[in-house]
Amino acid sequence: MYFESVGELWRMAGHGPYVWSCYGLFMVLLAVNVLHSRSERLNALKQAKAFIRRNRN
Amino acid sequence: MIRFISAIIRRDLLLVARQPAEMINPLVFFVLVVALFPLGVSPEASLLSQTAAGVIWVAAMLATLLSLELLFKLDHDDGSLEQLLLAPYPSWTLVLAKVFVHWLVSGLPLILISPLIAMMLFLPSEAVPTLMLSLLLGTPTLSLLGAIGAALVTGVRGGGMLLTLLILPLYVPVIIFGASSVAAAAQGMPVDGYMALLAAMFVFALMITPWAAGSALKL
Amino acid sequence: MAQFSWHMPRWFHQMGSPKWFYNFGGLLQPWFALAAVALLTCGMVWGLAFAPADYQQGNSFRIMYVHVPSAILSQSIFLSMAIAGAIGLIWKMKIAFMVARSCIAIGATFTLIALVTGAIWGKPTWGAYWVWDARLTSTLVLLFLYAGVMALNQAISERQIAGKATAILAIVGTINIPIIKYSVEWWNTLHQSSSFSLTEKPSMPAEMYLPLLLTVLGSYFLFGLVVLIRTRSQILQTQNGASWLLQHKDIYGAK
Repeated sequence: MYFESVGELWRMAGHGPYVWSCYGLFMVLLAVNVLHSRSERLNALKQAKAFIRRNRN
Repeated sequence: MIRFISAIIRRDLLLVARQPAEMINPLVFFVLVVALFPLGVSPEASLLSQTAAGVIWVAAMLATLLSLELLFKLDHDDGSLEQLLLAPYPSWTLVLAKVFVHWLVSGLPLILISPLIAMMLFLPSEAVPTLMLSLLLGTPTLSLLGAIGAALVTGVRGGGMLLTLLILPLYVPVIIFGASSVAAAAQGMPVDGYMALLAAMFVFALMITPWAAGSALKL
Repeated sequence: MAQFSWHMPRWFHQMGSPKWFYNFGGLLQPWFALAAVALLTCGMVWGLAFAPADYQQGNSFRIMYVHVPSAILSQSIFLSMAIAGAIGLIWKMKIAFMVARSCIAIGATFTLIALVTGAIWGKPTWGAYWVWDARLTSTLVLLFLYAGVMALNQAISERQIAGKATAILAIVGTINIPIIKYSVEWWNTLHQSSSFSLTEKPSMPAEMYLPLLLTVLGSYFLFGLVVLIRTRSQILQTQNGASWLLQHKDIYGAK
């Protein structure tokens, strides 16, 4: 590792808040995108199932 | 085809002549927006003369946008747009005729009144010809690019706000070179390069708008 | 539009079949997810903890590993959206419009990330969160372009028409992007607000460069993953009652 300790890694010689907030933002916003598309897919599946069930009877 | 185009132009000009407010409103809006800047910022001559180029260009852009909303909307609402699209001529002829009238009605008056506005904002008088020339080259580009947005939002509810959102980003290069040319002229620098770029953008807009707005109208 | 239509290979037209896209996309999806997670995790851990600090910018330089992929993707996605839209318009392919639609949200997200991380990076580098730097400014304009596409797509309720309108706007926007970039860069040199651009390095050693490669690749896979998921959902929504769907294992399988 480039840093001496985990504390160093967290502080990054004063740049910690900037670096970590960027990585956090990157991960959170992308995760939101994936999760949202995932829930969209589950919804679409549910609707497709319901449609088929309705038309079967 | 020429007859088709000139018939549309004549018809649209007649419509404007019957309702001159359509032509006067953007003009009043333009002057009003410009007049707000000294009130909001400062009436100091040195400050105003520095910002004049940008203020005039931004105001011209907003005035153009304001009048663009109605470019196809009135014809769409009364059904004549559909009839015009059914005519045995490509839809780009209709687009070009409409854009030409729009520029005559909204762009040209802005250019004619711009020396007065320049005087109010203390723009150095040697920059006034450049201002008029840059507006002459730039406002047709604004009308052309704006027609794409107007065609896309025709028939969409709340189209005015949407139109602004779609079109303003596309106006960025025009405002950069338009305002810079006037600023350069105010400092006594040559402006040929700017004019060439503005002309290039006009030609470019002339190439994409007929296709883009024409196919958008047919949706 | 488009009376012209040249000969395309068979796979191209196959891609336009909802069934084929749904099934093939379903096969790809887990691999894309795996690749995205693996590449992004490796790249980010490497960039955060193992890459050496920059001699000039110190540790703030590590922001590059998330900023640059976002900036690259923000432009690639807009281009992909326009290409998909053009394919849809030329070959009248519905799937292409769905793909273009799936690009909007993820593209806007990457643009937003690029903008915000750029601003955060600016604080330790320039001493201010916002500087009218050429890159930041053109990214801001790109975000506005995405906002326009998104608004237009949502304003038109009819899917077909919305797809075509979005495609036209995306194409016009893409043609304009280089002009906007060029004009903003030119404007920036005129006003000289910043003499120091964030990521322009004369040469970068491999241990600095490789993590960047990983996060860029991982971001592309993540983009692909989201587009696959969203496009397949749209296929489900529009293919209600199609016979291939009736027997599909996603509908009647593994209960």
